[in-house]
Amino acid sequence: MRLPSGGRIDRGKPLRFTFDGRAYSGVAGDTLASALLANGVHLLGRSFKYHRPRGLLSAGAEEPNALVELDCGPGRREPNTRATMVPLVEGLTARSQNRFPSLRLDLAAAASLFGPLLPAGFYYKTFLGPGREAWHRRWEPLIRRMAGLGRAPEAPDPDRYAHRYAHCETLVIGAGRAGIAAALAAAEAGDRVILCDEQPELGGRRLLSAGEVPGLAALRANPRVTLLPRTTAFHYGLQNFVSLAEILDRPDGLRERLWQVRAVRVVLATGALERPLPFRDNDRPGVMLADAARAYAARWAVLPGRQAVLLAAHDSGYEAAFALQEAGARIAAILDLRAAPPLADTARARGIEVRAAHGIAATRGGVRVSGVLAAPLRPDGSPDAARATPISCDLVLMAGGWTPNLALFSQARGKLRWDAAADAFLPGEVAEALTCTGACATGRGPGHPVAAIAAGALTARHAFVDPQNDVTTRDIALAVQEGFRAIEHVKRYTTTGMATDQGKVGGMLGLATAAAASGRTVPETGHTTFRPPYTPVSFGTLAGRHRGPLFDPIRTPPSHEWAEARGAVFEPVGQWQRARAYPQAGEALREAVARECLAVRQQAGLLDASTLGKIEITGPDAAELLERCYVNAVHSLRPGRCRYALLLREDGFLFDDGVLARLAEDRFHLTTTTGGAAHVLHLLEDYAQTEFPELRAWLTSTTEHWGVAALQGPAAREMLAPLVRGCDLAALPHMAVTEAEVAGIPARLFRVSFTGEPGYEINVPSDRLPALWEALIDAGATPYGTDAMHVLRAEKGYVIVGQETDGTVTPLDLGLGWAIGKGKRDFIGKRSLARAEMQRPDRRQLVGLAPLDGRLPEEGAQLLATSGARVAEGHVTSAYASAALGKPIALGLLAGGRARHGETVQATRLDCPRQPLLVVPPVFWDPEGKRLHG
Amino acid sequence: MLLITCPWCGPRPEIEFRHAGEAHIARPADPAAVSDAAWAAYLYERSNPRGEHAERWRHAHGCGRFFNARRHTLTDRISATTKPGETP
Repeated sequence: MRLPSGGRIDRGKPLRFTFDGRAYSGVAGDTLASALLANGVHLLGRSFKYHRPRGLLSAGAEEPNALVELDCGPGRREPNTRATMVPLVEGLTARSQNRFPSLRLDLAAAASLFGPLLPAGFYYKTFLGPGREAWHRRWEPLIRRMAGLGRAPEAPDPDRYAHRYAHCETLVIGAGRAGIAAALAAAEAGDRVILCDEQPELGGRRLLSAGEVPGLAALRANPRVTLLPRTTAFHYGLQNFVSLAEILDRPDGLRERLWQVRAVRVVLATGALERPLPFRDNDRPGVMLADAARAYAARWAVLPGRQAVLLAAHDSGYEAAFALQEAGARIAAILDLRAAPPLADTARARGIEVRAAHGIAATRGGVRVSGVLAAPLRPDGSPDAARATPISCDLVLMAGGWTPNLALFSQARGKLRWDAAADAFLPGEVAEALTCTGACATGRGPGHPVAAIAAGALTARHAFVDPQNDVTTRDIALAVQEGFRAIEHVKRYTTTGMATDQGKVGGMLGLATAAAASGRTVPETGHTTFRPPYTPVSFGTLAGRHRGPLFDPIRTPPSHEWAEARGAVFEPVGQWQRARAYPQAGEALREAVARECLAVRQQAGLLDASTLGKIEITGPDAAELLERCYVNAVHSLRPGRCRYALLLREDGFLFDDGVLARLAEDRFHLTTTTGGAAHVLHLLEDYAQTEFPELRAWLTSTTEHWGVAALQGPAAREMLAPLVRGCDLAALPHMAVTEAEVAGIPARLFRVSFTGEPGYEINVPSDRLPALWEALIDAGATPYGTDAMHVLRAEKGYVIVGQETDGTVTPLDLGLGWAIGKGKRDFIGKRSLARAEMQRPDRRQLVGLAPLDGRLPEEGAQLLATSGARVAEGHVTSAYASAALGKPIALGLLAGGRARHGETVQATRLDCPRQPLLVVPPVFWDPEGKRLHG
Repeated sequence: MLLITCPWCGPRPEIEFRHAGEAHIARPADPAAVSDAAWAAYLYERSNPRGEHAERWRHAHGCGRFFNARRHTLTDRISATTKPGETP
């Protein structure tokens, strides 16, 4: 019911909205929650597990019950929104969640008639042991239908989200009285200040009074102060790196903004949260936190009920009751858990009946409370239902005392200490430059001890501690009875505090209940860890502009546009997009790969190899650095010549491979694998800077500088020769490099091969590669992609680091011992290769595998010595259909494989028959290497 | 996210850096001369303390240089960063 006057609302600006299809109206300044209350709507949702009717518990961010779905059109449907945090706007469409068929008549609510249908640990008990089958058949489908929150949106979000970094001397979180005072003090000292608050209006509990909030005007006038309303600090990172989610809802589509603030000092003024009280059916709509009811009356001029009963454990409830009385409500009675309530006489003087040492045995009513059973307390603190008397009411106020809101303090790795006088956990030691001020630092004074409150409710039925996850005092008592002592285990077993509200209202009561059930004190029981986010944050805010094409950067080689225009099929290789194949019209991918392979074997093919990592090493000691790092003999490499180079880790396992070319005495051009470029540079820099700092050698990444066209095939020289100036191709031997001009472009011309055919890798500045590419295509080269490249290299038994290797493979295992420089004193990993383990003859070694049944083996299939063997002796690393050989081929690693050529092994994988494979040498094509040197 | 002071570039966000393991693990001058056990210790044995840890970082997305840092493994507080060979 809306009051005729008062409140921080604008009655002159009516706003229309709908809830579950019915039209209502509110006014500017309303939240969805206050507007619904003003229209007499108290039933706002159904609970998570039991589908119990639920209404508003609070007026703020801690709201566990009133989760609604907002629908602002396609892509703008937002589930699980707290009605208390939604400012009302014209045309707002909201719906209740988790109900069937309707909110008022929910069939699943029958679940709660069966009492403890889903007690603590239900999932564990049913899922394990003999109940497992029943879980899958019966319970899981049922629970998946019944339990849950809102529906996830399906359409892409059309709105924009921004990210912003900020620095300040003082970040103040919470704009209540204490926060404003802290911000003013810091601003006067000359600090840059950011003051944020989750509410649309700054002021905290000061908003319960009318008029301008003191201090805000001075802050607004100060250019060094940034005020951020509707901004929640949700994550507290190391060294005062705090993440804030600001809700903007700007008409230009900018919806939310993530602030990442690095502050010299942080002041937490996050206040305290009022606790509910545990009694039977304390979750009925109309049962509300006392301070929330006061807030609805004071801030939004809405009376949440006409006749109220207050259950008090703290004096603050009296202030709320008096305020509601002044606003026009009748206070039917105050029941106080305490034997001697300090404000009893004040209340009686206002004509309010006060019953000390009383509690509530149960609430009455359906989807709205209609009365309570007021009962005197037994010596154990529980209400004596036998002596209960009914009191009619439409509103029950709970004043359970206050919990300092220290979630962010805890995220900052601050230690909470129990303060007996305050009856609360208060901030203790913290390593960050962080201070707490106001109610979060001191609490709001003790009331009836929370331990006594919990002890009096251990046996009550349907006394909810965590309303959002439907956890009752009995659930927690059951968990303790079943042996759970550690509070973190009780939390997980019962799921108390694990809902989206992170136990804001129920956390303290939950651990007090666990303490009472186990006969321990609250500090002995301890508290659970607060984890980010403080309140739910939308994915849009976290993602910001990193979505769609900006989600992950894509690197493309210089021929990409050409390939795209010709319908190439691409594959991601790390961040690179590489052409897999260039299918012609009507050609399947498999056919295209076969055609490209044959073109290379019979004529000449062209591959964009620009993605290879490239490092230029210069300096008088460049050769010495490489000599100490790579396995190869580098000093003996003459300028103009190349070597297949291997880099190990110190543990002796292959790390990367590439081609090392010596351009001059003091200059090398090194290639790495596509994925290994950054790692190789890092490793070489590590040795250059920290192990061998005396060497004068410098490393420069040139990966993006050079575009590389690999022209491979028997006709490669004949195609290339007419385009080359300044070099006699016929005189350029295999594994040589020279400078030349190719198609008019200055180039580093390598004669190298990754196919087994004679071939060239022509390096030109990246932006010139498209021109070179066109010239080579015009000369008759067939473009081929990475699929053909893989087949061609496997036919020659050339390994790919990361495919034939997995971090446990040495060069000797791969038969690459020939690459190791003879008589070298040292290189990275040399000592490890001398270990006995590395010399064992039964290490897994590279072999070729020829399928005896003619089928393509599966990469990753395990290799067995016999069909019945139980232990794998290796696995298939690569398998391809070889067009040149007309049959499938495979490479694999096999224990002692080099000595087992001619043996048959069985490839196996789940649910497939064994496949016999003949062990053969790993080189299938031109084993003598005649073509390469031709 | 940590704020790490590169001894050459000054304080920069953690994402510019790459961790490079425990510091002051000297590579044996003549690996061939050390026993298998001593070599295994060089490869694999690290102090992994609960508390102050001397470790290496590289300003990978900045100047590219390696440096030493003292970090508390419990609080992640970095008390000093120094150039190689320097003492804090």
